[in-house]
Amino acid sequence: MIEKILFTALALFAISILIALYRIIKGPTTPDRAVALDMIGVNLISIIAIVSIVLKTKAFLEAILILGILAFISTIAISKYVERGVIIERKSDN
Amino acid sequence: MWRGELSLNGNQIIELVAALLILLGSIMSVISAFGIIRLPDVYTRSHAGTKSSTLAVLLSLLGAFVYFWIHDGIISVRILLGIFFVFLTAPVSGHLITRAAYRSKVPLADTSTEDALKEVLFPDEKIKANS
Repeated sequence: MIEKILFTALALFAISILIALYRIIKGPTTPDRAVALDMIGVNLISIIAIVSIVLKTKAFLEAILILGILAFISTIAISKYVERGVIIERKSDN
Repeated sequence: MWRGELSLNGNQIIELVAALLILLGSIMSVISAFGIIRLPDVYTRSHAGTKSSTLAVLLSLLGAFVYFWIHDGIISVRILLGIFFVFLTAPVSGHLITRAAYRSKVPLADTSTEDALKEVLFPDEKIKANS
Protein backbone atom coordinates (compact mmCIF):
# COMPACT_ATOMS: atom_id res chain seq x y z
CA MET A 1 0.00 0.00 0.00
CA ILE A 2 2.62 2.46 1.11
CA GLU A 3 4.97 1.35 -1.65
CA LYS A 4 2.29 1.90 -4.27
CA ILE A 5 1.69 5.42 -2.97
CA LEU A 6 5.42 6.14 -3.02
CA PHE A 7 5.84 4.89 -6.59
CA THR A 8 2.87 7.00 -7.69
CA ALA A 9 4.50 10.03 -6.10
CA LEU A 10 7.76 9.24 -7.89
CA ALA A 11 5.95 9.06 -11.23
CA LEU A 12 4.22 12.39 -10.58
CA PHE A 13 7.51 14.09 -9.71
CA ALA A 14 9.05 12.64 -12.88
CA ILE A 15 6.16 14.04 -14.93
CA SER A 16 6.66 17.48 -13.45
CA ILE A 17 10.41 17.32 -14.18
CA LEU A 18 9.62 16.42 -17.80
CA ILE A 19 7.27 19.40 -18.10
CA ALA A 20 9.95 21.71 -16.67
CA LEU A 21 12.40 20.22 -19.18
CA TYR A 22 10.04 21.20 -21.97
CA ARG A 23 10.04 24.75 -20.61
CA ILE A 24 13.85 24.75 -20.53
CA ILE A 25 14.07 23.69 -24.17
CA LYS A 26 11.35 25.99 -25.45
CA GLY A 27 11.57 28.93 -23.04
CA PRO A 28 11.94 32.24 -24.84
CA THR A 29 14.29 34.00 -22.45
CA THR A 30 17.09 33.06 -20.10
CA PRO A 31 15.15 33.77 -16.85
CA ASP A 32 12.49 31.28 -17.97
CA ARG A 33 15.12 28.62 -18.19
CA ALA A 34 16.56 29.62 -14.82
CA VAL A 35 13.15 29.34 -13.15
CA ALA A 36 12.59 25.92 -14.70
CA LEU A 37 16.06 24.75 -13.63
CA ASP A 38 15.38 25.88 -10.08
CA MET A 39 12.15 23.91 -10.12
CA ILE A 40 13.96 20.81 -11.40
CA GLY A 41 16.45 21.08 -8.53
CA VAL A 42 13.67 21.36 -5.97
CA ASN A 43 11.87 18.35 -7.43
CA LEU A 44 15.09 16.31 -7.40
CA ILE A 45 15.33 16.95 -3.65
CA SER A 46 11.89 15.39 -3.15
CA ILE A 47 12.75 12.47 -5.43
CA ILE A 48 15.86 11.73 -3.38
CA ALA A 49 13.81 11.73 -0.18
CA ILE A 50 11.26 9.29 -1.66
CA VAL A 51 13.96 7.02 -3.10
CA SER A 52 15.67 6.87 0.27
CA ILE A 53 12.35 5.75 1.79
CA VAL A 54 11.81 3.10 -0.90
CA LEU A 55 15.34 1.70 -0.63
CA LYS A 56 15.21 1.81 3.21
CA THR A 57 18.48 3.64 3.54
CA LYS A 58 19.63 6.89 5.06
CA ALA A 59 22.75 7.30 2.95
CA PHE A 60 21.16 9.64 0.44
CA LEU A 61 20.08 12.31 2.86
CA GLU A 62 23.28 14.32 2.51
CA ALA A 63 22.53 14.67 -1.17
CA ILE A 64 19.40 16.66 -0.21
CA LEU A 65 21.50 19.35 1.41
CA ILE A 66 24.07 19.38 -1.38
CA LEU A 67 21.42 19.67 -4.10
CA GLY A 68 19.66 22.46 -2.23
CA ILE A 69 22.84 24.47 -1.87
CA LEU A 70 23.88 23.89 -5.48
CA ALA A 71 20.48 24.87 -6.87
CA PHE A 72 20.46 28.08 -4.82
CA ILE A 73 23.98 29.13 -5.77
CA SER A 74 23.51 28.34 -9.46
CA THR A 75 20.27 30.35 -9.56
CA ILE A 76 22.04 33.30 -7.94
CA ALA A 77 24.91 33.04 -10.42
CA ILE A 78 22.53 32.91 -13.40
CA SER A 79 20.54 35.89 -12.14
CA LYS A 80 23.68 37.94 -11.59
CA TYR A 81 24.87 37.07 -15.07
CA VAL A 82 21.53 38.07 -16.58
CA GLU A 83 21.46 41.36 -14.70
CA ARG A 84 25.03 42.57 -15.07
CA GLY A 85 26.72 40.44 -17.71
CA VAL A 86 29.45 39.17 -15.39
CA ILE A 87 29.38 36.63 -12.58
CA ILE A 88 32.48 37.57 -10.60
CA GLU A 89 33.17 41.27 -10.44
CA ARG A 90 36.82 42.13 -10.29
CA LYS A 91 38.08 45.38 -8.90
CA SER A 92 39.47 47.51 -11.66
CA ASP A 93 42.62 49.50 -11.02
CA ASN A 94 41.06 52.87 -10.40
CA MET B 1 -7.46 -7.70 22.55
CA TRP B 2 -9.61 -7.50 19.48
CA ARG B 3 -7.92 -6.90 16.21
CA GLY B 4 -9.60 -7.30 12.87
CA GLU B 5 -7.89 -8.79 9.91
CA LEU B 6 -7.48 -5.55 8.03
CA SER B 7 -6.91 -3.22 10.95
CA LEU B 8 -3.69 -1.30 11.25
CA ASN B 9 -1.82 -0.51 14.40
CA GLY B 10 -0.82 3.03 15.29
CA ASN B 11 2.58 3.11 13.63
CA GLN B 12 1.19 1.84 10.35
CA ILE B 13 -1.47 4.51 10.38
CA ILE B 14 1.15 7.21 10.90
CA GLU B 15 3.28 5.74 8.10
CA LEU B 16 0.24 5.83 5.84
CA VAL B 17 -0.30 9.49 6.77
CA ALA B 18 3.34 10.19 5.89
CA ALA B 19 2.92 8.50 2.50
CA LEU B 20 -0.22 10.54 1.89
CA LEU B 21 1.73 13.72 2.69
CA ILE B 22 4.29 12.70 0.07
CA LEU B 23 1.52 12.01 -2.44
CA LEU B 24 -0.01 15.44 -1.73
CA GLY B 25 3.39 17.02 -2.31
CA SER B 26 3.74 15.28 -5.67
CA ILE B 27 0.27 16.46 -6.72
CA MET B 28 1.28 20.03 -5.79
CA SER B 29 4.40 19.60 -7.89
CA VAL B 30 2.39 18.54 -10.93
CA ILE B 31 0.08 21.55 -10.43
CA SER B 32 3.07 23.88 -10.35
CA ALA B 33 4.44 22.20 -13.48
CA PHE B 34 1.18 22.97 -15.25
CA GLY B 35 1.56 26.53 -14.06
CA ILE B 36 5.06 26.74 -15.44
CA ILE B 37 3.92 25.50 -18.83
CA ARG B 38 0.65 27.44 -19.19
CA LEU B 39 1.29 30.90 -17.78
CA PRO B 40 2.19 33.57 -20.33
CA ASP B 41 5.08 35.43 -18.76
CA VAL B 42 8.37 34.92 -16.95
CA TYR B 43 7.06 36.70 -13.85
CA THR B 44 3.92 34.61 -13.53
CA ARG B 45 5.95 31.53 -14.35
CA SER B 46 8.31 32.26 -11.51
CA HIS B 47 5.28 32.68 -9.27
CA ALA B 48 4.20 29.15 -10.21
CA GLY B 49 7.64 27.62 -10.18
CA THR B 50 8.82 29.05 -6.88
CA LYS B 51 5.95 29.10 -4.42
CA SER B 52 4.10 25.90 -5.16
CA SER B 53 7.32 23.98 -5.74
CA THR B 54 8.41 25.10 -2.29
CA LEU B 55 5.15 23.78 -0.84
CA ALA B 56 5.60 20.51 -2.74
CA VAL B 57 9.11 19.90 -1.46
CA LEU B 58 8.08 20.92 2.07
CA LEU B 59 5.24 18.40 2.09
CA SER B 60 7.33 15.56 0.71
CA LEU B 61 10.29 16.20 3.00
CA LEU B 62 7.91 16.41 5.97
CA GLY B 63 6.45 13.06 4.94
CA ALA B 64 9.93 11.55 4.71
CA PHE B 65 10.80 12.99 8.12
CA VAL B 66 7.68 11.52 9.75
CA TYR B 67 8.25 8.18 8.03
CA PHE B 68 11.83 7.87 9.23
CA TRP B 69 10.80 9.01 12.69
CA ILE B 70 8.08 6.38 13.04
CA HIS B 71 9.58 3.53 11.06
CA ASP B 72 13.21 3.67 12.19
CA GLY B 73 12.89 5.70 15.37
CA ILE B 74 15.39 8.35 14.34
CA ILE B 75 14.89 12.08 14.14
CA SER B 76 16.80 12.94 11.00
CA VAL B 77 18.43 16.31 11.46
CA ARG B 78 19.52 16.33 7.82
CA ILE B 79 15.94 16.31 6.56
CA LEU B 80 15.08 19.10 9.00
CA LEU B 81 18.05 21.09 7.71
CA GLY B 82 16.90 20.41 4.15
CA ILE B 83 13.39 21.69 4.97
CA PHE B 84 14.84 24.80 6.62
CA PHE B 85 17.22 25.47 3.76
CA VAL B 86 14.65 25.05 0.99
CA PHE B 87 12.17 27.19 2.90
CA LEU B 88 14.82 29.86 3.28
CA THR B 89 16.35 29.90 -0.19
CA ALA B 90 13.56 29.23 -2.67
CA PRO B 91 11.78 32.63 -2.23
CA VAL B 92 15.13 34.43 -2.31
CA SER B 93 16.16 32.79 -5.57
CA GLY B 94 12.76 33.45 -7.10
CA HIS B 95 12.96 37.11 -6.15
CA LEU B 96 16.50 37.42 -7.53
CA ILE B 97 15.72 35.85 -10.88
CA THR B 98 12.60 37.97 -11.30
CA ARG B 99 14.54 41.13 -10.43
CA ALA B 100 17.24 40.24 -12.95
CA ALA B 101 14.58 39.52 -15.57
CA TYR B 102 12.92 42.91 -15.05
CA ARG B 103 16.18 44.82 -15.09
CA SER B 104 17.31 43.08 -18.26
CA LYS B 105 14.02 44.23 -19.85
CA VAL B 106 12.23 40.96 -20.38
CA PRO B 107 8.84 42.05 -21.71
CA LEU B 108 5.64 41.52 -19.76
CA ALA B 109 2.78 39.51 -21.16
CA ASP B 110 0.45 41.21 -23.63
CA THR B 111 -2.45 40.99 -21.22
CA SER B 112 -0.67 43.03 -18.55
CA THR B 113 -2.42 46.33 -17.95
CA GLU B 114 -0.12 48.31 -15.71
CA ASP B 115 3.63 48.59 -15.19
CA ALA B 116 4.29 50.99 -12.34
CA LEU B 117 7.94 50.07 -11.91
CA LYS B 118 8.93 51.15 -15.39
CA GLU B 119 8.65 54.87 -14.64
CA VAL B 120 10.90 54.45 -11.62
CA LEU B 121 13.55 52.24 -13.14
CA PHE B 122 13.71 53.50 -16.71
CA PRO B 123 12.60 57.16 -16.74
CA ASP B 124 14.58 57.97 -19.89
CA GLU B 125 12.50 55.74 -22.12
CA LYS B 126 9.31 57.46 -21.10
CA ILE B 127 10.72 60.85 -22.04
CA LYS B 128 11.92 59.37 -25.29
CA ALA B 129 8.53 57.89 -25.97
CA ASN B 130 6.76 61.18 -25.26
CA SER B 131 9.01 63.32 -27.42
